[in-house]
Amino acid sequence: MAWRLRVNPITCTGHGLCAELLPEAIGLDEWGYPILGPVPDRLLPLARRAVVDCPTLALKLERDGKS
Amino acid sequence: MTASATTASTIRLLAGYHALGRAAGLSDHLTQYGPPPLPGTTTRSHAGQRLIQVVEEAGLTGRGGGAFPTARKMRSVAASRRRAVVVVNAAEGEPASGKDRLLLTVAPHLVLDGAALAAHAVGAREIVVCVHAGGRLAADTERAVAEREQARLTAVPIRVCGVPGRYVASEETALVSWINGGEAKPAFTPPRPYERGVDGRPTLVSNAETYAHIALIARYGPEWFRSCGSPDAPGTALFTVTGAVAAPGVIEAPLGTSVADLLRMAGGPSEQLQAVLAGGYGGTWLPLPLVHTPTTPAAFAATGAALGPGIIVALPTRACGVAESAWVLAWLASETAGQCGPCVFGLPAIAADFAAIANCQADASVYRRLQQRLSVIAGRGACRHPDGAVRFAASALQVFGSHLSFHERAGRCLAARRPGLLPIPGRG
Repeated sequence: MAWRLRVNPITCTGHGLCAELLPEAIGLDEWGYPILGPVPDRLLPLARRAVVDCPTLALKLERDGKS
Repeated sequence: MTASATTASTIRLLAGYHALGRAAGLSDHLTQYGPPPLPGTTTRSHAGQRLIQVVEEAGLTGRGGGAFPTARKMRSVAASRRRAVVVVNAAEGEPASGKDRLLLTVAPHLVLDGAALAAHAVGAREIVVCVHAGGRLAADTERAVAEREQARLTAVPIRVCGVPGRYVASEETALVSWINGGEAKPAFTPPRPYERGVDGRPTLVSNAETYAHIALIARYGPEWFRSCGSPDAPGTALFTVTGAVAAPGVIEAPLGTSVADLLRMAGGPSEQLQAVLAGGYGGTWLPLPLVHTPTTPAAFAATGAALGPGIIVALPTRACGVAESAWVLAWLASETAGQCGPCVFGLPAIAADFAAIANCQADASVYRRLQQRLSVIAGRGACRHPDGAVRFAASALQVFGSHLSFHERAGRCLAARRPGLLPIPGRG
């Protein structure tokens, strides 16, 4: 089953670290907040690292299809 | 059961008000409807399950804007088997809506009956009625609750909770947070209130009008409910019809009534119209060719519009739709809860772009930037506030597109200099 990234927009303060670590799946809007794309399986290890390294722990990796 | 209620009348919730010409007290209400058909026990029973079944057969959907099947929500709350809480949402934050205020003022006991019935069905031991704090509606609702207590009609205790008058405060997770002693700001979900709400309990949050429909469905049954409205959107709904109409106000009509017919029921256009705002400030502008759209969620979705909580505002040709939209967007931006970056920064940015366009100070780069901004904001807040603002802005660009040429040169749009027609709270 595929995985997807989800951000808690209330805790996210726009550090942008996630986009630095995983530019293939995470972009930033003009204000520095993440725009999340799909995570191919080969990028899962990097996605996990982005989740762990988020300074406000706002990023999550969830099974797709779960809300 | 009165004779009038058993016919396929299209006036249901407001029937008492139309007959009496004033707000119904408890004795008026009991004369017309009798006591709510509650089983004689407060424990969750077969009768409670039966009510959810009846609401499902009736096809009732939430009247707060989401149009979610009410029975499904009730079943989710009941399924936890824990003691639940029922929240009645009458904290009407939409500036152009007045239907919940009217309903709770003129037929408070219909709303409270529905809440009591729902409480029994989902196993709730507490009902919280949310209204804007400090106003007359709060006092009137307190009085109605006291009347029921005196008449020993309250199997489940009811309390009235005053909510701040902010736009996002009536979002369901914001209400729950406020009732729990926190700020009236939306929360990140899950958990949704039906999982963990007031005091951490499974909580049924529904619009005041939805409960009033439950009160009637419990008495007259699903066939009666479905005898007006459309098969996919049965029953009546309350619509607030304002703007350039001869008799603005709250109208009860079957779901599926066209926007054009609603305008007619509000006395008809009082001057020539150019567009209609449907669904409130998180809704969409409808161009005149679409006023024949029936007011069902499906028909609205097919045109890319959102029905929302039954708000219709008729915009006359003398107004500038771009300027009106710019003022609404500035207000929506000011109403952010201040929690999520895309909303905190995105909404003021969109509002500023719109203001530049309305003031005839925008070149092609502003339009490009605005389109880019509109494409990235929706779906990225904890609540749907930014999504609504983006939908409203995008529809304004679409519907008033041919008028934009008037905003290319400074001072060419004279209408934009007139005072706004759409209601903006706090604007003198």
